[in-house]
Amino acid sequence: MIAYVIRRVAYAVPILIGVNLLTFLLFFVVNTPDDMARMQLGVRRVTAEAVEKWKVERGYDKPMLYNATARGFDRFADTIFYEKSVRLFAFDFGNADDGRSIRHEILTRMWPSLALQLPVFIVGLAVNITFALLMAFFRATYLDFWGVVLCVAMMSVSGLFYIIGGQYLFSKVWNLVPISGYASGWDAAKFVILPVAVGVVGGIGSGARWYRTIFLEEMGKDYVRTARAKGLAETAVMFKHVLKNGMIPILTGAVVVIPTLFMGALISESFFGIPGLGSYTIDAIQAQDFSVVRSMVFLGSVLYIFGLLLTDISYTLVDPRVRLE
Amino acid sequence: MIPVLLTTDVLVWLLVAAVGAYFAYVRRQPHLLVPWRRVTRSASGMSALVVLAVFLAIGLLDSLHYRPALERGGEQGGTVYAVEALSVFDAIASPLRAHRERTYSAPLATRAYARETLEIPGADGRVRQMREYPRLAWGGAHLKDEAEHGKDVLLRTLSGLALALFAWGVLVAGVLAASGSTWHAIWRADTATPWWAVLLAAGLLLALAGPLLALCTGYHVFGTDKVGQDVLYLALKSIRTGLVIGTVTTLVLLPFAISLGIMAGYFRGWIDDVIQYIYTTINSIPGVLLIAAAVLLMQVYVDRHPELFPTSAQRADLRLLFLCIILGLTSWTGLARLLRGEALKLRELEYIQAAQAFGARDSYIIGRHILPNVMHIVLISLVMDFSGLVLAEAVLSYVGVGVDPSMISFGTMINAARLEMSREPVVWWVLAAAFVFMFVLVLAANLFADAVRDAFDPRVRVGGVASA
Repeated sequence: MIAYVIRRVAYAVPILIGVNLLTFLLFFVVNTPDDMARMQLGVRRVTAEAVEKWKVERGYDKPMLYNATARGFDRFADTIFYEKSVRLFAFDFGNADDGRSIRHEILTRMWPSLALQLPVFIVGLAVNITFALLMAFFRATYLDFWGVVLCVAMMSVSGLFYIIGGQYLFSKVWNLVPISGYASGWDAAKFVILPVAVGVVGGIGSGARWYRTIFLEEMGKDYVRTARAKGLAETAVMFKHVLKNGMIPILTGAVVVIPTLFMGALISESFFGIPGLGSYTIDAIQAQDFSVVRSMVFLGSVLYIFGLLLTDISYTLVDPRVRLE
Repeated sequence: MIPVLLTTDVLVWLLVAAVGAYFAYVRRQPHLLVPWRRVTRSASGMSALVVLAVFLAIGLLDSLHYRPALERGGEQGGTVYAVEALSVFDAIASPLRAHRERTYSAPLATRAYARETLEIPGADGRVRQMREYPRLAWGGAHLKDEAEHGKDVLLRTLSGLALALFAWGVLVAGVLAASGSTWHAIWRADTATPWWAVLLAAGLLLALAGPLLALCTGYHVFGTDKVGQDVLYLALKSIRTGLVIGTVTTLVLLPFAISLGIMAGYFRGWIDDVIQYIYTTINSIPGVLLIAAAVLLMQVYVDRHPELFPTSAQRADLRLLFLCIILGLTSWTGLARLLRGEALKLRELEYIQAAQAFGARDSYIIGRHILPNVMHIVLISLVMDFSGLVLAEAVLSYVGVGVDPSMISFGTMINAARLEMSREPVVWWVLAAAFVFMFVLVLAANLFADAVRDAFDPRVRVGGVASA
C-alpha cells in the first residue's frame, strides 16, 4: 500500500512539472513581463522608466532562464523561471500586485471557502443519492418520469439564475438571511446557509440523474435478481444491495473533488461576499494580477492530482476486488 | 452594401455545410440511417428539434453580415459604407434595433420607469415643472389616448394568436400531406414519427411568437435596458453567440480528441504514455483558470497590436473565436479519454487483427475500421457538450473572461444587469429575458441530446438500462 502511494506520488511529479512549464510558457514567454507592465500601467501613456520600475519592484527584471552575469548556482537561480515558477514547488507563491503575501492570503481564505464548499459537497451528495434512489425505486412510473423531467429542466437552468434568484427571494423579499458578507466562527452559519442551499439545488439536476442511471445499472445485475429470487422485499433489495453497490462508483467518483473544495466556488463566493479563495481568484482575474492567477493554477493542479490519488486509494478501500499493482 | 466575412461566420457556415454533407451521405447508407430513424421516433427529441430549428434559423440569419451603404455619397461621389457591420437578422429586426428609449422601461409600458422633471405648459400659458413619468419615445407612441393601452395590447395579442393559428393550420396541412397519415392517427399518437409532438411544440412556439410579433411593432415586449435598448432584440441577438460558442468549440476540439484519443488506444506503448501525460496535465489545471489566463494574455496581445483589429466588430469576433479555441483546447480531454478506451477495445477484435495480418497500414486501419466504429461516441459527446458550453459562456462572461463586452450574449446581458435586482424599484425583465431564452435553448439542446444518445448508444438498446 505504502509503496503504491509512493509510486503514485512519483507519477504526480512529472504532471506538476508539466503544469508548471505550461503556466511559465503562458505567462512569461507568450507575453513578456514588459507587456504585463504596460497592461498594468495603462497602454498609451507609459514611459520606459515606469515599466522598468514596475519590473524591478516585482522581480521581473531578471533573465528568463539563464543568468550569465551571476556565479555558480545563481546562474540558474537568479532568473524569472527559478524565482517565479520553480519556487511554486515549495509553495512559495511570492507577493500579489498589492504587495501582500499570496501564501498568507491562501491560508486565511481557504477556511471560508471550505465552510461553504464542504456542506455543499456533503448535503449535495446526500440529497442527490436520496432523489436518485427514490426515482430508481419508483422506476417506470409517473413519479420516475416526472422526476427525470424535473432533473433535465433543473440542469438546463443557468447556475447564475439560482444564485441571483435565491439572493433576491430569501435575502431581499423575505429578509431571512443577510444579502452578503461573512463572519468567523459559528456566526458564519447565517451567511453560508443560502449559498450552500443554492449550491445544492444547482447540482441536483445533473447529480440525481447521473446517480439514477448508476442505480438502474446496478439493478439490472445478476445479484439483484438472486436477491429477489430468494424472496427479499423490494426495500431490502434497494437499501441492502443496490444502495451499497451503487455507492462504489458514486463515492469513488466524488472523492476526486474533495481536495479541490479548498479552492472555493468562483461565482457564488463573489456574489455572496464570502472572502474565500474563489472570490480571491475572481478579483485577481478582474484586476489582472498575474502572480495570483499563476499561483491558483498551480495550487488547483496540486489539489486535483491529490484528488486523483485519493480516488485510486478509495477504490481499494471500498471494493476488495480491486488490487493495487 | 458590401458583404462582410467575419471569421466565426465562415466557420458557422462551414459547419452547416459539413452537417448537410453528412446527412446527404447518411441518406445513402442504410446502416447509418437506422439510429437517426430512431431519433425521429422520440417525441421529446422531435419537439426539441423544432425549437432548436427556430433558434438555429435566427442564429444563421444573424451570421450573414454586411456593411450597409450610407445615404450620403462620398466626397468623390462614390458610395460610402458604414463602419458597423449589420447582419440580415438586424435588417429584419431593424424596428427593434432602431427604436431606442433613453433608459429603463417596463415590458409593454407606455411611460418610462422613473420620474423625470418635465416642463408642462399650464392652462394659463405658464410653464410649470412637474415630476412625471414621461411618455416613451416609441413604446406605445402610436396610442393617441393612453386609456386605450389595455385594449390595444389585447387586440394585438388576439390578432397575433389568429395569425399563429393560421400558420399552424398551414403547418398541419403540410404535415398531413407530407406524411400521408390521417389527422386521427396523429391525434392518437399512432404515427411512427411522433407528429403530435412536433405539431404541439410548433403550436406552442407559434402561440408565443404570434403575439410577440404583433406586439413588438408597437411596444417593447420585454422592456428596455439601462441604455434603452429593446431587451427582446438583445435576447434574440444572444442566440447567435451561444450557438457559435456551442458549435465552433466542438469544431476545434474534434481533431485533437479524435486523432490523439484513437492514436493512444491503437498504438499503445510510449505514444499512449505521452498522450495520457498531455491530457492529464491539461485536465489537472482548473478549467476556468486556464481559460482566464489565456484570455488575459489575449487581451495583452490585442492591446499591443491595435493595428490588427480595425473595427470593434472584428475585435469582438476574434475574441469570440479565440474563446472557442481556448474552450476547445481545454475540453478535448474528456472525449479523447473515451475514444482511447474504445480504441483499446476495438484493436483486440478479430477483424482488426485480420486487417493487420493482411498487412494493411495502420493509417488505413484507423481510417477504415476504427474511426467509423467510434463515430457514435463522437456524435453523442458532441450533442451532449453543446448545452454545457452555452451555460459556460454566461459564467465566463460574468467572470470577465468571456466574450467581448461589446458583443451581445446571454453572459453580457446578465453581467450588465447584475445589480438590477438590488435596485429600487426592481428591474427584473432583463435578467428574466436572458434566463428564459437561455433556459429554452439549453433545455431543447439537452432533450435532443438525450434522444440522440438513446438512439446511438448500443448499451441503451441491448442492456437493461432504461433510457434516462
